[in-house]
Amino acid sequence: MHYVIAGAGPAAVAAAEHLKELDPSAKVTMIGAQQQPPYSRMAIPYYLTGKVKEEGTYLRRAANHYEEKGIEFVHGEVVSLDGPGHTVSLADGQTIGYDKLLLATGAEPIIPPVPGMDDPRVQQCWHLEDAERIIELAKPGARAVQVGAGFIGCIILESWVLREVNLTVVEMGPRMVPRMLGEKAGGLLQKWCESKGVTVHTNTRVQSIESTPEELKVVLENGETCAADVVIVSTGVKPRIAYLDGSGITVDQGIVVDQHMQTSVADVYAAGDCAQGLDFSTGETAVHAVQPTATEHGRVAAANMVGNNSLPYKGSLNMNILDTLGLVTCSFGAWEGVEGGDSGEMFNEGNYQYINLQFKDDVLVGANSVGYHEHLGVLRGLIETQVPLGAWKERLKKNPVQLADAYVGVNQSELKVS
Amino acid sequence: MHKALVMEADACTGCHQCEMMCSYGKVGAFNISKSVMDITAFDGGALNVPSTCTQCEGAWCMVVCPVQAITVNPATGAKEVSAEVCVGCKVCTIACPFGAINYDPDSGVVTKCDLCGGAPMCVEACPTTALAYMAEDSTGYEKMRRHAVMSAGLPEGTA
Ligand SMILES: Cc1cc2nc3c(=O)[nH]c(=O)nc-3n(C[C@H](O)[C@H](O)[C@H](O)COP(=O)(O)OP(=O)(O)OC[C@H]3O[C@@H](n4cnc5c(N)ncnc54)[C@H](O)[C@@H]3O)c2cc1C
Repeated sequence: MHYVIAGAGPAAVAAAEHLKELDPSAKVTMIGAQQQPPYSRMAIPYYLTGKVKEEGTYLRRAANHYEEKGIEFVHGEVVSLDGPGHTVSLADGQTIGYDKLLLATGAEPIIPPVPGMDDPRVQQCWHLEDAERIIELAKPGARAVQVGAGFIGCIILESWVLREVNLTVVEMGPRMVPRMLGEKAGGLLQKWCESKGVTVHTNTRVQSIESTPEELKVVLENGETCAADVVIVSTGVKPRIAYLDGSGITVDQGIVVDQHMQTSVADVYAAGDCAQGLDFSTGETAVHAVQPTATEHGRVAAANMVGNNSLPYKGSLNMNILDTLGLVTCSFGAWEGVEGGDSGEMFNEGNYQYINLQFKDDVLVGANSVGYHEHLGVLRGLIETQVPLGAWKERLKKNPVQLADAYVGVNQSELKVS
Repeated sequence: MHKALVMEADACTGCHQCEMMCSYGKVGAFNISKSVMDITAFDGGALNVPSTCTQCEGAWCMVVCPVQAITVNPATGAKEVSAEVCVGCKVCTIACPFGAINYDPDSGVVTKCDLCGGAPMCVEACPTTALAYMAEDSTGYEKMRRHAVMSAGLPEGTA
């Protein structure tokens, strides 16, 4: 059996290792369109601040890790796929045959169609190479404008502040991380960033970037202009799937997969940022471009590739945690609430603390929190197990801070905790 | 066969000695906010429930880690965090459905139970039988494991 994986990020590596665990005699080939060994985009912020060197971003530490596991790693870019013929073609002309194929090619940044984006001082922050260029441009004292305050934007903005640049953030939405945090949580985060010396513009877009040899002028729709030495674009990502044009694979926002992570073409699976898989919260399909989904997708896909679609997936829970200049925010599942549901909330503005819990009947379905970092995982546990909260629901509505107690309490029901 | 840390709420008196010793082992100070063993009191202390990482097979924390900072100690089976490798991204703290791995802002890395390398200090500190370190095939361990699989809600082997 020959399993081939297009991609060499977290989804690909999780899948490759699990394939080898489940089917040790199989041949596993992982193809990555990159110079480096498999690395984590998530670790780039720590590379930017100098906390880790390039090796510190690698998904696995031993230089011979893949060799040792019997996983073949090929540097190359897949440019087309022949489903019926069971082959992929690479940019260098090579053709590689497979019995089963996993597409794990991730995502790529969306660059908004704004005049001036092609100046070399305008940078995306996606690949390790981007980080290297930003390190050169974002010298201490430099003026930086970050376009976009989505979740990745709010993670990387700390890197600029730690690099001692003067930072301005521009977000077109009504608040920071509008797709992950509600009004109060996003508002707290903005206030926090401003208290740390970051200038934040919300509700406005970048209209153009004018360049002179000395500096860039970022012109906003609200009439303001920000002078900058470097502009970082972080305005969202989209699945990296152009190579599938003409392959017959069904694509919507991403590569559409069923509950076994299989695409519309036999023997072809997809996982991670490129895949549009089952969403635990809605029962529909969605792209959840986050690390937990990528690694879980990778493992579920591997299990189904080996086990002939014997492991139905319950879907990924969208979740995220950000540390923005020391303020931890997090988001789980249906944080905006569901129809017919209700909620509990705790808001302590002065302390930058907030918890919002969303319920459907007596089951937790979503949450937002600001200023907490203890036992946050229980939110996932409570949501995914759909455990009835019973009397704990009213207690949590009154005091959401009791989350960890509620988790232990409901799971000890056999011990008759009242 | 690895030994497991078995927790029995019925025998716990809520004395918090385990948390004290745990924090001492972890950070060299008696400070229960640094303990990775937690005692939760219910009904004003009528019931006390110890909880910590069960070293679950799913190992969501280890699977999700972007830099391989969490590895299995072959001697104990414990999933251990390397403070040198961890970048402090916290993604494991939301991926663990038990809330059993947590970020410590003072050290900038995550912490969890590592079974103290095979001699858990919490067990030594426990004056009752609430905490025991015993063979994995004991009934207590089986019960705990079933509970872990149940509460994770995932088919085994996916995470
Ligand atoms: C700066 C930054 C910070 C982030 N922080 C977080 C965070 O805190 N928490 C979180 O949950 N997520 C975070 N993310 C998102 C997270 O990194 C992604 O969800 C994750 O990397 C997705 O993994 P993947 O394997 O699906 O895709 P990717 O990591 O994008 O990997 C794709 C792989 O496919 C290869 N590839 C692409 N096209 C081809 C092709 N045609 N042929 C061959 N190979 C190809 C690439 O070279 C790469 O190896 C962050 C992302 C960035 C950029």
